[in-house]
Amino acid sequence: MRYIRPLSIEDAVGELAKAVGPAAILAGGSDLLVRMKGGFIEPELIVDIKAIGGLADISETADGFRIGAAVPCAVLGEHKALKQAWPGVVEAANLIGSKQVQGRCTITGNLCNASPAADSVPALVAAGAKAVVAGPSGKRTIAVESVPTAPGRTSLAKGEIIEAILLDKRPVHAGDAYLRFIPRTEMDIAVVSAGVNLTLDDHGAIKTARVALGAAAPTVLLVKEAGQVLIGSKLDEATLERLAKICAGACRPIDDKRGTIEFRRKVAGVLAQRAAAIAYKRAGGK
Amino acid sequence: MNFDPRFTGRKFSSVGTRPLRPDGIDKVTGRARYGADFNMAGQLVGRVLRSPHAHAVIKSIDTSKAEKLAGVKAVITAKDLPDLTDGDAAMYDILDNSMARTKALYDGHAVAAVAAIDARIARQALKLIEVDYEVLPHVTDVDEAMNHHAPLINDAIFTEGLEEKPVKASNVTKRTQFGHGDVHKGFAQADFIVERSFKTEQTHQGYIEPHACVASVNPDGTADLWVCTQGHFVYRQHCAQLLGLEASKLRVTSSEIGGGFGGKTHVWAEPVALALSRKAGRPVKLVMTRDEVFRASGPTSATSIDVKIGATKDGTITAAEATLRYSCGPYPGSWAEIGAMTAFACYNLENVKTVGFEVLVNRPKTAAYRAPSAPMAAFAVESAVDELAHELGMNAVDFRIKNAAQEGTRASYGPVYGPIGIGPTLEAVKNHPHMKAPLKANQGRGMACGFWFNFGGQTCVDLNIGMDGSVSLAVGTVDVGGSRASLSLVAAEELGIDYSQLKAIVADTSSLGYNDMTDGSRGTFSSSMATISAARNAIKILRDRAAQMWDIPVDDVVWEKGHAIAKGEKYGNLSALSLKDIAAKSGTTGGPIAGHSELVADGAGVSFATHICDIEVDPETGATRVIRYTVVQDAGKAVHPTYVEGQYQGGAAQGIGWALNEEYIYGKDGRLQNAGFLDYRIPVCSDLPMIDTQILEIPNPNHPYGVRGVGETSIVPPLAAIANAVSNAVGVRMTHIPMSPPRILAALDAEREG
Repeated sequence: MRYIRPLSIEDAVGELAKAVGPAAILAGGSDLLVRMKGGFIEPELIVDIKAIGGLADISETADGFRIGAAVPCAVLGEHKALKQAWPGVVEAANLIGSKQVQGRCTITGNLCNASPAADSVPALVAAGAKAVVAGPSGKRTIAVESVPTAPGRTSLAKGEIIEAILLDKRPVHAGDAYLRFIPRTEMDIAVVSAGVNLTLDDHGAIKTARVALGAAAPTVLLVKEAGQVLIGSKLDEATLERLAKICAGACRPIDDKRGTIEFRRKVAGVLAQRAAAIAYKRAGGK
Repeated sequence: MNFDPRFTGRKFSSVGTRPLRPDGIDKVTGRARYGADFNMAGQLVGRVLRSPHAHAVIKSIDTSKAEKLAGVKAVITAKDLPDLTDGDAAMYDILDNSMARTKALYDGHAVAAVAAIDARIARQALKLIEVDYEVLPHVTDVDEAMNHHAPLINDAIFTEGLEEKPVKASNVTKRTQFGHGDVHKGFAQADFIVERSFKTEQTHQGYIEPHACVASVNPDGTADLWVCTQGHFVYRQHCAQLLGLEASKLRVTSSEIGGGFGGKTHVWAEPVALALSRKAGRPVKLVMTRDEVFRASGPTSATSIDVKIGATKDGTITAAEATLRYSCGPYPGSWAEIGAMTAFACYNLENVKTVGFEVLVNRPKTAAYRAPSAPMAAFAVESAVDELAHELGMNAVDFRIKNAAQEGTRASYGPVYGPIGIGPTLEAVKNHPHMKAPLKANQGRGMACGFWFNFGGQTCVDLNIGMDGSVSLAVGTVDVGGSRASLSLVAAEELGIDYSQLKAIVADTSSLGYNDMTDGSRGTFSSSMATISAARNAIKILRDRAAQMWDIPVDDVVWEKGHAIAKGEKYGNLSALSLKDIAAKSGTTGGPIAGHSELVADGAGVSFATHICDIEVDPETGATRVIRYTVVQDAGKAVHPTYVEGQYQGGAAQGIGWALNEEYIYGKDGRLQNAGFLDYRIPVCSDLPMIDTQILEIPNPNHPYGVRGVGETSIVPPLAAIANAVSNAVGVRMTHIPMSPPRILAALDAEREG
């Protein structure tokens, strides 16, 4: 096994592109090291991206926020402006694992691990976040929901690295929220989850809305219909009921050790309702 | 044995105080040595190859490629552990469980093992071992295994305990029955009858420290084993028998223990590590991974229980009956039998009958888990008792008080009780402020009682007095819950010295006589009895030495408050001699001063507890949250009350996990789906409220200080208390443990849909 710690994204991309055997990218390592220790994977090359300039920073740009791929989730929680603009994304990132894990893990890693139950991903999808991908043929920016394609699989090509996640600047009257269901209070994995992102018009009616569900299908789901049903409403009871129904219907869950199909469908709807209510309140809705 | 164990009602000066724990600093600084912390020069890494199949014939094992891998020093299969059990069926099962001989009987069953110079090579070697399996149909569910169409796990097993000798082999290894009176007559007298069926899923003790040992076998037939265990003397016996060693030539040293709860009463990896060391000629360290601990150590039974209880309008139980089916894994056990004994032990019943069935399944061999078998029986019985109280329109506590066992009651499992604590714990609960605290919406309160036998057993203690007057206490019961502190308090009490003058250790098997393992809540009960005896023997010598120093008859010397005192006016000018004074002169008065004791500690007093639980249920998701929890339990005498409270809280915490989320989940393929702490959900700290405790002290008449075991009873009531709380919160009777959110939501939906 070879471990390298390149100083530039080009070097990292180059090493990954020419790797012959299985290769892995190391940021926080909270997924990678566990999988290696469990004997599930034995990479021949590990590319540690933490020393690459800019990857460990959160920067505010004219368009919003740029979160480097090596920024630990705990750092998101300490960034006041980010927390104020995107509280749902930050709370999702700060639900992953334990305090110790949050000091290492990254939202980019969470995205690239491609688990349908990843906590930060539904919040990022609802937020309309984008991923900056560096690869052998240059850079491109894609929607985060296009990254995971199946459990454990991504659309990234050989040699490609996500170097940052982009979040838009917030208008006034905007709010997002993320909720997950776990049987415990912490240090658990989502049985089902929901992220909601809203903006309101000057009268408090919902202007735009995005709803995403986690652990409800092989990949995180962007439920467009659920967003549409919210638009124009002030979250009255009938709208919330329709929201729950649409979310339950959009799920393609499985029966497994963490929950049943019926449970996931039902709770997906409940969580979407509750997350919508929190996002609405955060946006200034009454 | 010239020792009177009867309770005397003496006043205490050390016992009942709360000094700092002697192992605390080592444990919080990481200096304490657990099973995996022992290392030897030249030590190899042992790893075990495990069956991926729930049930399969092992047609052949080819280890040749693994043996050729550079760095591999030994590869073993069952051939390297020949059968030396000489017709001892229980030992044969232990052998077969350590290393499968002809069939793999569960997912995780050991089939081969390697010792290599490092972990990587050991892992590679496992991949090079070729096992040819013939996969057989399997059964993992306790009810399905009883069905006569179920795959047979062992075709040589015929159900014991039936009136007619069976002609067909069965997965039911034994039927047992307890009780007295006539239940048919009793039910005929009842105005109200509750009859229900319950299920509990299999749980694991969940100790944080995985099984770990270092084995070193020498060519001269001697061997050493350093191991994390609840009973190093028992491990010695078993390993010596399985390996063909002489017991006294195998020295077993127990490490600090990171939890056992019954799960470290059984050998698995230890005979394998010894066999690897014997073959490799080098020491071998074998540490199980968490995955291996779940798949291949000893979880508790899954159960299926039917209960029927009848009562008259005035709240008198007229009859009680239960049928209990407990899974044993693939080897016979007596788990349902224990469940059948404990089921109605809290009550004074005229007509009672319990029947237990031991059931083989393709799951790991069941081992003890804290008051083994009692929590599931209590769940079923206490749920039915609660429901019956509701039907009668009686308060659930009053109903239990009316029917509680008391001194002189004939227990449902046979014996007649002496002084017991069930009534007092119920009265304490009735008067506890928790019972009167208001509840909010979606909250429910439940309470339940629990019983455990407790155990005494073989015990040996050495007490040695140093020339500086300090005292070392060597005990043979592994300290799983603070016994070193408690036993030091007891020795300080007897000798009349300060706790700080004492140091207690757990001696290895070559330094002390045989001790049964720390199970049955016996550690402090039995070793305190032996410590009292050893201290009294030392006091005899101390008095004799004082008599020599004074040149007076020993009969004129008494021992009081840590001093020898010359009794009588004629000795008025002799000032008392302290233990320290006498110890300082010991070299010239007859040599070292020590007290020894070996005894069978009989008369372990039975133990009762009553718990109260408040729970909040989210009706939209089935999520639960324990809001408040109170444990009331009889300790006989709490030697170190802080540790006793810790035992009460620990049992409740484990019971809460079991009741709400913990369970073994098997796939259709017979493989365990959740062999890790992510998906086997024990409670995390933030899941639990501070658990309140109340210690009652109803002295055990068979112990000089009145001590009863306290470690296990606390896990008996929680399943039922929580089930009653959830049922009261949501208005639906919960009958399947764990009450995970999907189960609660499904029960609520079924109720809503009518």
